[in-house]
Amino acid sequence: MTNGNYVRVVAALVSGVIFGFGLSLSGMLDPARVRGFLDIARDWNPSLAFVLGGAVAVAAIGVVVARRMRKPLFDERFHRPTAPVIDRRLITGSAIFGIGWGMVGLCPGPALASLSLGLPATFLFVAAMLAGMTVHDRLEVARSWLQKSPRDAGRAA
Amino acid sequence: MTHYWSALAGGMLIGLSAAMLMLATGRVAGISGIAGRLLQGVQPLTGGAFVVGLAFGPVLFRFLSGQWPEVTLTASWPILVIGGLLVGFGSRMGSGCTSGHGVVGLARLSKRSMVAVATFMSTAILTVYVMGFFA
Repeated sequence: MTNGNYVRVVAALVSGVIFGFGLSLSGMLDPARVRGFLDIARDWNPSLAFVLGGAVAVAAIGVVVARRMRKPLFDERFHRPTAPVIDRRLITGSAIFGIGWGMVGLCPGPALASLSLGLPATFLFVAAMLAGMTVHDRLEVARSWLQKSPRDAGRAA
Repeated sequence: MTHYWSALAGGMLIGLSAAMLMLATGRVAGISGIAGRLLQGVQPLTGGAFVVGLAFGPVLFRFLSGQWPEVTLTASWPILVIGGLLVGFGSRMGSGCTSGHGVVGLARLSKRSMVAVATFMSTAILTVYVMGFFA
């Protein structure tokens, strides 16, 4: 492991701890509160809007600083998301994600963070979530393989 | 009232974590992306370190505050399984979840992320609304 690699791992670990601590402090770890936030038609609990607001505001400072840097502190370049367009995959995927999030009140961050509380229900949810990710990524591999086959070569391009 | 302050402070720490990861490693703090890449064996060290740290966060909270963060998870096991599958599949298909699109994407003023957030907030709100009739 090179030196830069070592520093990146430590930076990722520290960021993870702060993220998990922030989730714990904010109330996002509690599925009942998340669903209370989403239940705008009944007994709405708006407190979690402050979580997103505070997070976006501070992250935006990071974005502004990053734009003034040629490269990050411990890597050769910024790995910015490259997908350019708003397509059907983005919308369908986000819609599916929202249904699951609303059903249980857990999204990937809080689900992984609350594993340390040792609740069997969390483990079951995380196992299903990782299975869902794997199913998607396998299908994606199969799809891109099909698109590369000669019959579809013209259409895929 | 204290709920609002802790929500704001917790949110700001999440933003700080995302800013740190971006400035230090140049990467987006998107949990579904990190988890998905881990499953594929991509960037196992940094991704693994982030997830281990993430799970240590509540332990640190317990250590500092004297109590575990509140978690009330009453969903039945079929709901947990179906919900988990949808969250995993959908977040990979839509290239992000509440962290990648919600926090970092909105902070970057990404149009894709704005559309993603509006979409998943809508379907989540609708899902909770509909499920309320069967509770």
